[in-house]
Amino acid sequence: MTERLAGKVALVTGGTSGIGAGTVARLRNDGAQVFFTGRNEDAGREIAGQTGATFIRHEVSDVDGWADVIAQIRDALGRLDIAFANAGMERGDGSVEDISLDGWNGILAVNQTGVMLTVQHAIRAMRDNPDGPTGSIIINSSMNANRAMGNFVAYSVTKAAVVALAKSAAIHCGNQGYKIRVNAILPGVVETALISNLIASNENPDAMRAGYAGMSPLKRMGEVEEIAALVSFLGSDEAAFISGADLTIDGASTAGMMGL
Amino acid sequence: MSAGRLAGRVAFVTGGLRGIGHAAAARMLDEGATVIVSDLDSESDAHDLLGDLADRVGYVQANVTDEGDWARALDHVQQAHGACHILVNNAGIDLTGTVETLELEDWRRIMAINVDGVFMGTKRFVPLMAESGSEVEGGASIVNVSSIMGLVGYAEVSAYNASKGAVRLFTKGIAIEFATKGMPIRANSVHPGFVETPLLKAGFQRWVDKGVAEKPQDLVDAMNAATPMGRLAQPREIAAGIAFLAGPDASYMTGSEMVIDGGWTAQ
Repeated sequence: MTERLAGKVALVTGGTSGIGAGTVARLRNDGAQVFFTGRNEDAGREIAGQTGATFIRHEVSDVDGWADVIAQIRDALGRLDIAFANAGMERGDGSVEDISLDGWNGILAVNQTGVMLTVQHAIRAMRDNPDGPTGSIIINSSMNANRAMGNFVAYSVTKAAVVALAKSAAIHCGNQGYKIRVNAILPGVVETALISNLIASNENPDAMRAGYAGMSPLKRMGEVEEIAALVSFLGSDEAAFISGADLTIDGASTAGMMGL
Repeated sequence: MSAGRLAGRVAFVTGGLRGIGHAAAARMLDEGATVIVSDLDSESDAHDLLGDLADRVGYVQANVTDEGDWARALDHVQQAHGACHILVNNAGIDLTGTVETLELEDWRRIMAINVDGVFMGTKRFVPLMAESGSEVEGGASIVNVSSIMGLVGYAEVSAYNASKGAVRLFTKGIAIEFATKGMPIRANSVHPGFVETPLLKAGFQRWVDKGVAEKPQDLVDAMNAATPMGRLAQPREIAAGIAFLAGPDASYMTGSEMVIDGGWTAQ
């Protein structure tokens, strides 16, 4: 346990698995009070039990539910200091030639509109903090914001879009005189349960694992805890002058070409 | 402050007597690291400039443009501590002026300090850091202090732009090199915006002398107005980013860049 985030109240969307769940645990460990959202109630209850965080069943694309999420946090603790806009998905994605309109709209609803709603509601909540408008918002983008994938057009587009969203929101908060910082992080391939299950269910798991690991010159995937550590840093007062930034955390996957 | 995050690590910081370098030394010391700094000043001046850090920080008088000084600095660290886990290539100078009036001599000087210095420090320290890196979680870490001026151009700052841009891409090159070779060293660049340092104050004074503004405060006010967060950075805010990249929490960050500019380049 550290006290780096003592006294702070955090919200993590998509907190029931992967990077979100890892971040719930890390923020708790650093002393924050944490609320997290997601669809999976069983996982939500389990993580809440393990970490002492509070689960709220909510999908980021559920517009009407947002007021209640923020009200629950404010009623309980009267403030919001950190928001991690993490929820995202790639179900229904494909190439630009093949993707269905439903697939495209579904991914935009979560990865883009859902993130916008998270940032919007977080700013409105942080604006009313008892000690004035303060806070830190972190958007989970992806290295694919800078290096697009041909067979995941909607994922690539939405992850690029939310980097611009982070910058726009950061400038807006500055213009309003709010001490609310907004940044995006761009992880490489991270070994989440989703990826582990994909590997395990593949007919050639070793080759698939090597394929993912080989995307980084470090020849390994990132760990959930490594991404969570960056979120914790950006959420803390140590990052007090970092706003409008996009931080790549990908084991040099996008730093250049690996050579022969 | 997370005390002990850098416990057991040895850190070397160039340009460590003032501004960002001084703050980085203080910050890493607070987090438990053993810290050695270098700068141009004499031992006794260094003692005064280090102030309350003087008893806890090692000092090597060294010029980052001098290969012999780098050999001596490495020798000092190796003899005294037998390891180096963190190298902060921070020493730097600025240069302003329209491109047609810049003297080749001045261009070469800024390149020698801002670029050659980073190259030579990296070259000299990497063998030791490759050994030391396997001892610590997240490996050894090189943090190169670039600038937002290494990301975007700025009028009458072209030489500084070129030098800091070089640092940015040099860092990515070595990051990929170390990773593909399995060497336990990460490398990242930090890109501060306008920071309240002696370098900035001296630069502002030069602008005033040139008649660009009436007084330095006018330039500070203009910078504040141009920065979304509405203020200059303090050196300790850059130091916190350096300490993060230096430590185990940044174990998957390499070849990356950390912009600490209050939103200046997001606009």
